[in-house]
Amino acid sequence: MSKRFQVLFIALGLAFIGFFIVWYKVSLLGIPFLPHEKRSVYTVGAEISFEGQKKSVLVSMALPEPQEGIQILSEDVASSGFGYAEAETQNGKRAEWSKRYVVGPQMLYYSLEVLIEPGEYTSKRSITPIEQEIETLSDLPDILQTTAKNLLDDVRSRSADIHSFTAQLILDFSAKEPSQAVKIMLKEGGMSKLEMIYRLLRYRKIPVRQIHGLYLESERRNIALTPMLDVYDGKDWQLYDLNKGKVIRHKNFFVWQQGSDSLIDVTGAKKSNISFSLNERQVPVQYLLDKKELLNKAAILDFSLFTLPISEQNAYRHILLVPFGALVVVVLLRILVGLRTSGTFMPVLIALAFMETTLFAGLIMFILIVGMGLVIRSYLSSLNMLLVARISAVMIVVIMIMSFMSILSFKLGIKEVLTVTFFPMIILAWTIERMSILWEEEGANEVFIQGGGSLIVAIFAYFAMSDPFISHIAFNFPELLLVVLALIILLGRYSGYRLSELIRFKSMVE
Amino acid sequence: MFANPFTLKKLGILGMNKRNIHYIGSHNDRKYYPLVDNKLKTKIIAQNAGIAVPKLLKTIEYQSQLRGLKEILEGLEAFVIKPSQGSGGKGILVIVRREGDTFLKANGQRLELRDIQRDISNILSGLYSLGGKPDVAMIEKLVEFDPIFDRYSYEGVPDIRVIIYRGYPAMAMLRCSTRESDGKANLHQGAVGVGLDIATGKALFSVQHGVPVTQHPDTGYDFSELEIPHWKKILTLAASCYEVTHLGYLGVDIVLDKHLGPLILELNARPGLAIQIANKTGALKRYDVIDTQEEHLDVSSRVAFSMGHFGAKKETQKGSLNHG
Repeated sequence: MSKRFQVLFIALGLAFIGFFIVWYKVSLLGIPFLPHEKRSVYTVGAEISFEGQKKSVLVSMALPEPQEGIQILSEDVASSGFGYAEAETQNGKRAEWSKRYVVGPQMLYYSLEVLIEPGEYTSKRSITPIEQEIETLSDLPDILQTTAKNLLDDVRSRSADIHSFTAQLILDFSAKEPSQAVKIMLKEGGMSKLEMIYRLLRYRKIPVRQIHGLYLESERRNIALTPMLDVYDGKDWQLYDLNKGKVIRHKNFFVWQQGSDSLIDVTGAKKSNISFSLNERQVPVQYLLDKKELLNKAAILDFSLFTLPISEQNAYRHILLVPFGALVVVVLLRILVGLRTSGTFMPVLIALAFMETTLFAGLIMFILIVGMGLVIRSYLSSLNMLLVARISAVMIVVIMIMSFMSILSFKLGIKEVLTVTFFPMIILAWTIERMSILWEEEGANEVFIQGGGSLIVAIFAYFAMSDPFISHIAFNFPELLLVVLALIILLGRYSGYRLSELIRFKSMVE
Repeated sequence: MFANPFTLKKLGILGMNKRNIHYIGSHNDRKYYPLVDNKLKTKIIAQNAGIAVPKLLKTIEYQSQLRGLKEILEGLEAFVIKPSQGSGGKGILVIVRREGDTFLKANGQRLELRDIQRDISNILSGLYSLGGKPDVAMIEKLVEFDPIFDRYSYEGVPDIRVIIYRGYPAMAMLRCSTRESDGKANLHQGAVGVGLDIATGKALFSVQHGVPVTQHPDTGYDFSELEIPHWKKILTLAASCYEVTHLGYLGVDIVLDKHLGPLILELNARPGLAIQIANKTGALKRYDVIDTQEEHLDVSSRVAFSMGHFGAKKETQKGSLNHG
């Protein structure tokens, strides 16, 4: 395998892996590719009110289960004076409030923060039918049995399969002018419309279950849960709204309760009532990442930088930018343009310091420190010292200049200068030493050319690294390092002309 | 403002990236670098191989030796102090004359003993070496330059750079110091580069700062009259460095001594590209021809091949034949 092919193969492989992971994280895990992308977070609140009757009260409310497509971020309970516990029952989780002695009107609050996950809703519910006890018409009061049978036969004659049967039955019950049979059923049955349809479907041995939920939309107050029927046709579950008939399950339909248990049970109080409210707010996705709320979704995120403590995360926010600076400085400006810098990575390190100090203040401080350092270094040079001692002396002088600048500016109230500590001292000392040698050997002109060149490259690197988009993707998609690596490997084999050479050899073309 | 890169390619001009990857990278084994990067080692292996070099007078290895510098310099009238591992001509001190304890540089600047001590101290602590490694200072006998160069050099060291590719002399130029280059023969510091005909040693073109010139900016002499003596000997000397260094891509710097003839001054494993401008020829054209040649020919047949194929006349003849 030739070297050229190896390089191409490795670079393409690395780039492919990098882009694949990015694609996976963006489209399947919902990490935003652009910074400042926002997501809607809904707060769903349940408000239970009742009136105490000078005795002990027990309130039990059904709680939502984890569900596909919607993530429950947090829950919150407010209930002064009540004991609160959660209990697992056969039909799901329930919240339970209790108090020994309750007088007067009371309010209990329970709220959830939920997030709609990106991507289409896909049902992963079990496709095996639920075990369902068979009910017979004889459970109904005698007067209704014939009516019910006639109604079911009538609907059956108008339908072809389970779905059309369910649809027709719901249509009968929700008609503006219901038939005589429906009127009787509702009037004599003593059940809600939902419960009645539910039972009628079960008489026909159709697997069915009740669902209470709400649509996550804009702000709403005082709403009740939307009742739905979920019907199984042997292959799939289909959702039916009592008013609209057959509906597609929307991504924003949040199921609060599944099954036929009551939503709330209040014992020992009267006038009990439950109502829901909905609140929407826009949250930057970064906030969700910081709160580690997207993390427990995939192993790849569980093994990511997000799991580190915040201070280490911040360190990596900087470290991960260095490769992008290196790409700009080393590869683009040196290999492609042919710019010469004093010290290969010195501009990148200076640019990193600029990110803390801000560009303008950083430039001024850099020039001040290096300028003063040069003056002092030129005196040290006349003292005839050994190199190591001289550089150490310059470094100590640099530290003294830095601390003096900090103290003076703090007294004067110029806060920006306090960030001077972010300049790498060793690099500054070496820069001063190199420049001073350059000054002695090639003159002041060369110092300004090379120093200016290095600063220009540092400013380029600064703009590359402080770009919000680049800093966002550098931290959230560290796998892009593989792509940067691939680019640098490819450009490392670039044997074409540099931009500066097109000028340099211009005279040979003529 | 910019040359068309495709035209440059057609002219066979070698760029920096290609030089680094395809010539230095593939022909120069890194383990042989110390032989050329360390001038002391170069001198020793060259002497052992019978290659003529300027005479080494003294070496200084430790800072403590500097206290005895006066004794070391005892009896030395004209000498050069250079770092063994320096690059780009940095840290080289040329003393042309001595008046008691005062030393005169080529430009007339007078130095005291302690100035020289400081310079050597800088060399020893690695100021001029790659990566700041501790270095050794070499004191060499000053070459007495052949008077033929007097008219073409200002205050300094004129030297002949020959590019040896796979043992074959490929290109050559004379580097003349100017007032601007401060007596140094570095083209980027303003020295004049004069392209030399490989067949004859006659001057072809001259450039300063990449711009063509016809005469020396300080002495005013026309370069076209220049012809290097001992030309075949120079090429043979340069080509014989291939066997010694095992480097396939090598720059050999040669000076002409009045009495001793051509001497190898130093070797360079990363020779620059300006030689192409001075020759108005793309290096790749010649390297490609050399690539078709067998290896393991002896020095004289390699030199004969280059002189036969890369002469200015030869190349123009070939060019006109192709056109015809």
